Amino acid sequence: MKSSKLDQVLLVVAISAAWQLLYLAAGPNVISSPADSLTRAAELLRTRSFWDNAANTGAAFGMASVLSIAGGTLVGLWLGLRQFAGDVADPILGALYSLPKITLYPIILLIFGLGISAKVAFGAIHGFFPIAIFTMNAARNVSPVYFRTARIMRLSPVATVATVLAPAALPEIFAGIRIGLALTLLGTLIGELFASTSGLGFALIRATDIHAVPDITAITFLIFVFAASVNALLHAIELQVSHNA
Amino acid sequence: MPSVGAHISLNGVTKIFEGHRNHPAIHALGPISLEVERGEFFSVVGPSGCGKSTLLDVLSGLGKASAGTIEIDGTPVTGSVPDGVGAVFQQDASFLWLNVWDNVAFGLRRLGMDGAEIERRVGNALAFMGLSGFAKAFPAQLSGGMRQRVCIARTLVLEPRVLLLDEPFGALDQQTRLLMGDELLRLWRETRATVILITHALDEAAMLSDRVGVMSARPGCFIDILTTSWPRTRDSRIVAEAHFGSITSRLWSKLREESLRAISNS
Amino acid sequence: MIPPSEMLVALWQIIESGKFKQDILFSTYNIVAASILAIVLGFLFGAALHAWPRARRVVSPLLAAYYAVPTFVFYPLLIVAFGTGRTALIVMGTIFGVVAMMVNTMLGLDRVPLAVSKTGAIMRLGPMRRLFLVRLPAAAPHLVTGIKLAVAYGVIGIIAGEFILATAGVGKRVSFAYDNFDNKTMYGMLLLLLIGVMFINGLLTIWEKRLHRRFGQR
Repeated sequence: MKSSKLDQVLLVVAISAAWQLLYLAAGPNVISSPADSLTRAAELLRTRSFWDNAANTGAAFGMASVLSIAGGTLVGLWLGLRQFAGDVADPILGALYSLPKITLYPIILLIFGLGISAKVAFGAIHGFFPIAIFTMNAARNVSPVYFRTARIMRLSPVATVATVLAPAALPEIFAGIRIGLALTLLGTLIGELFASTSGLGFALIRATDIHAVPDITAITFLIFVFAASVNALLHAIELQVSHNA
Repeated sequence: MPSVGAHISLNGVTKIFEGHRNHPAIHALGPISLEVERGEFFSVVGPSGCGKSTLLDVLSGLGKASAGTIEIDGTPVTGSVPDGVGAVFQQDASFLWLNVWDNVAFGLRRLGMDGAEIERRVGNALAFMGLSGFAKAFPAQLSGGMRQRVCIARTLVLEPRVLLLDEPFGALDQQTRLLMGDELLRLWRETRATVILITHALDEAAMLSDRVGVMSARPGCFIDILTTSWPRTRDSRIVAEAHFGSITSRLWSKLREESLRAISNS
Repeated sequence: MIPPSEMLVALWQIIESGKFKQDILFSTYNIVAASILAIVLGFLFGAALHAWPRARRVVSPLLAAYYAVPTFVFYPLLIVAFGTGRTALIVMGTIFGVVAMMVNTMLGLDRVPLAVSKTGAIMRLGPMRRLFLVRLPAAAPHLVTGIKLAVAYGVIGIIAGEFILATAGVGKRVSFAYDNFDNKTMYGMLLLLLIGVMFINGLLTIWEKRLHRRFGQR
């Protein structure tokens, strides 16, 4: 269901209107109006502390992303190419995916302490599973005729993976990466929300403690804008990859 | 299973699908004028996209005609489904969440019919369609042909005056189709309903019908209506008769040109 | 980290002594409430959007991006609005899960074969009866997937909320135990949580599989 430019404008208008109504109903002690939030957000973007926090979150998110993508694709490819291993792993991965990772948080904290490595770990365990699952399915869904063709052409295993398997499976792998990265960001932020001394999540909690409503609203808004932009970017890349593949 | 077929009357029926922003209006059907006699078996053949299914939609009240009148036993049909109409479609419409018995009983239960009467009717319908042993099975466990029989049985129990069939055997293999054709004739004789069958298979139309209407390419209009003159007691063995060959060849000679036109239009 | 055997002992002690019964009931109530709200609201909104294609087109980018953004960052705002009691938690759990139910409802209704809904119309069922007697059951496999997701998100939203900031609940007990270096209690409660989650998920998965089999899928 494709939406036109008009529809997109309508959506933005609808969200802003709902936000404004919420503000009018609940009052400035609960949420800031869109206008006030944007103003505060602009102010924050000029402060050093905001960017320190953003860099912190960004670094954790970046490292976690690398780990979940690398780990997820490698494990997924390995499982996808080995029929038996894949069959065994499928339900296990599925079960672990639907397990709320929050149950592992305290354990991760015990292992890694309160620093950035814990946040990276949270993010990575969130993103790893969907990427692994999608990659595994993508590899398994590659038509067997491709492999036969590669063997007829006498390609080495590495060349087969690199020049035949990867391009064929890429769209689906990318879909998994898109979901995985969204979850990685979520994991990183949740980690910051309850066990960190830096980062945007921490900034949110501190603002909550001192009841600085404009800050809370502004930071929430900025996080959303960031996440939506990353998602839109990945989506655009995904469409490119799907058309070329 | 007593029921009397309805008389169907179409007069200048046209269907135009409204255009909007990205596509122009489509004149899909008509004008169609036709009188279908009580208890008649009438088939419609025509090239793809000529509006055959639209005709059924409009006739059944599922869609509204843009112009013209439709009457079933003198009562106008105006965009809502009238009483006594049954329909079977090409795609499987069996309710996957219910077993065969509950599928067939579904319509009767919605009408609030008495339990004993439901038992009787459903039992008879299942026996008639050869499904008695499968009452507890679920449609997903059955073959395509069996599922269509469930759909037919489900329509049968409601004792319709008009039976509309939109390529009901299209998804089945040839042999199954011929046998289902025999079943359909049996059904028709028992219920004495008026049957309108849409099909792209000329042999099917030629074998089953009292009359066959040939539709032109879009917008579909009748360019010919053949009378087959088969006896009421016919079955699939008439395909061996010479008369059958002459009917199908006449149908094809009319249809061939329209089919070519339909392909070049698309 | 303590050995698994000690975790089981801790769990047994917690259950036997019943000293966290209030917290367990608190969390369970919240999860059930949030799940039911997410399922019912998700279904109603999903069915409504399905019936109103223009609105669906406008809203669809939002729905598509919903789980790509960390919805959980709304929690601080909810605390400001409702305080640190159960209301904020239930609202969090609900808004986390409602879109999954909406999307699956719409998908399920999309996938109802045209012939099936036409059959409902031919039988002269009105729009409401068609929705509840024909289209909803036909969409059942997708709806159950939506229910499974709504419950899963409800659990995540509420337990995570309790970890971060709450007055009671299983999450709160874990967080409290962690802060006080009470590893045994912490692991015991975590194990309880894990078992509870696996149990609920297991039941829902069995239901899902059974339904898929009846519909002849997979």
